[in-house]
Amino acid sequence: MVARRFYKRWSDYKRNKYLYALLLPILVWYGIFAYGPLYGIQLAFKDFQIMQGIAGSPWVGLKHFHYLFTASPDFLQILGNTITISFYHIVFGFPAPIVLALLLNEIRHNGFKRVTQTISYLPHFLSWVILAGILTVMLSPSTGIVNEGLRLLGLDPIFFLGDPDYFRFTLVVSNIWKEIGWGTIIYLAALSAIDPHLYEAAVMDGANKWRQVLHITLPQLMPAITILLILRMGNVLDAGFDQILNLYNPSVYSVADTIDTYVYRAGLLQMQFSLTTAVGLFKNVVALLLVLFTNFIVKKAGQEGLL
Amino acid sequence: MHSIMTRGERLFQIAAIGFLTVLSAVMLYPFVHMIAVSLDTPVHAIRPGLHLYPLEPTLEAYRQAFRYDGIYYGFTNTIFRTVVGTLLALCIMTMGAYPLSRKYLPHRYPLMMVIVFTMFFSGGLIPSYLLVKSLGLYDSVWVYIIPSLVNTFSFIILRNFFITIPVELEESAKLDGANDIRILYSLVVPLSKPILATVALWTAVYHWNAWFDGLIYIQDQKKIVLQILLRRLVVENLDQELQMAMQQANTQYVVPETMKAAVLMISTLPILIVYPFLQKYFVKGIIVGSLKG
Repeated sequence: MVARRFYKRWSDYKRNKYLYALLLPILVWYGIFAYGPLYGIQLAFKDFQIMQGIAGSPWVGLKHFHYLFTASPDFLQILGNTITISFYHIVFGFPAPIVLALLLNEIRHNGFKRVTQTISYLPHFLSWVILAGILTVMLSPSTGIVNEGLRLLGLDPIFFLGDPDYFRFTLVVSNIWKEIGWGTIIYLAALSAIDPHLYEAAVMDGANKWRQVLHITLPQLMPAITILLILRMGNVLDAGFDQILNLYNPSVYSVADTIDTYVYRAGLLQMQFSLTTAVGLFKNVVALLLVLFTNFIVKKAGQEGLL
Repeated sequence: MHSIMTRGERLFQIAAIGFLTVLSAVMLYPFVHMIAVSLDTPVHAIRPGLHLYPLEPTLEAYRQAFRYDGIYYGFTNTIFRTVVGTLLALCIMTMGAYPLSRKYLPHRYPLMMVIVFTMFFSGGLIPSYLLVKSLGLYDSVWVYIIPSLVNTFSFIILRNFFITIPVELEESAKLDGANDIRILYSLVVPLSKPILATVALWTAVYHWNAWFDGLIYIQDQKKIVLQILLRRLVVENLDQELQMAMQQANTQYVVPETMKAAVLMISTLPILIVYPFLQKYFVKGIIVGSLKG
């Protein structure tokens, strides 16, 4: 009996030997580059000594975590910055594409609609290095066009990239610039799926445009909005690493240093490998828990979950 | 829908079109400004105010940019990583996604779980950095390609597409004596051209824009990518880099402002050229992806 089952298994493998051969390279890649780094996580509980390597460095238990939460001068501020910036992105950046999609959906002139979409998607395809380079020129306090505009209005110039009071605002607005158009795609797809009969019925009942948006369009968009919002909440510890690393400078570290930028600076530039591995582990564990939690909520809300 | 508009509706249309026109103009202006400055002579380029087009068109800034070694190395390395990285990624992901799309493959589900898990948990920056160093990839151009070879999201999109290819097609090919590898390249790949094009464009744009690996893993100045050069010139404002870039420049025809604008445009232009395709395939891809990621 066992022998027969073994034989069946074996012939299954043999029949699919080419498929397994095709699969092998990618599995090796995942083994090395996705699972390999998990081995280095032990550094969070060790004091890394370059000469001894990862395995040979001495264990120190929870020392680094204890330090981060009780003695570190920066960590709590960095955690606070990360959550605050992320929160601003959600409060102001998340609704922006919804509003744009609703407006585009009302435009009857198709050519105009298409041109607007084409322009608004463009910044999404460029890197933050390019966009930061352009922003530096546009926002310069002495020669930038934005500050010239402010001066024309009789206002004082603002150092958008160097003033802690304005830096987060700059982050939020420039991120909207990059992603607003791109964000509309899913909503426009959802909008085009709405049954036109609903609107016809509403017009028969004498509903004006505003009432149609309020009572038909928005409720129909709600499932898409809910899912995307919940998913976004799951990434609350991602405050936009590429963007911040290319836009910030020491004068705004107090408001703009986040978990990822701190790990890069303290870890790779100051070689505090163990401490920053601990920071990274903290972030990844929290992120995983948030994903599991939001997935649970999505399923509870009657939607198909991710996992 | 296209019946006669009421007065209120017409007013709304005008207001909405007006608002969107202003919004588009604001979003587009920074690019127009950089193009205009990069093509202008210093006298006009550094004057304050709007720059909608060059007042005295010249290609001097671009000529100076291409005279600079850094641009040459950056361009070559960026093209290398974009072309080779995209081709290798397509190969390994297609090869891997096909077996995992076949319902009869034993252990298909746990293998897929092993892959999907990596989307939600990783070792973090420092362990990855130490791994890359210990593999001897530090300061090698292969660091641009190998550690980021597979993108799990693209991989899942590919696999989900392969699932929709009916098994009957491959069964008849198998009766004719074709093995799985042959079926993949002569049957499945031709049927999947649109999705492969989408994934290829995603990967190529990723490579063109990637800069962080170049920042942390590359020391050798001949191995830098365009984005890193750009970062030094326009983001970090390194004087040393600028001096090298401006060597032998005649400041009557080119100044740092126009030079920086030209380098910015050189790195943006390839994206603009493929932009019509990007828009078409990216939009298709994101809609396919959002249906069931």
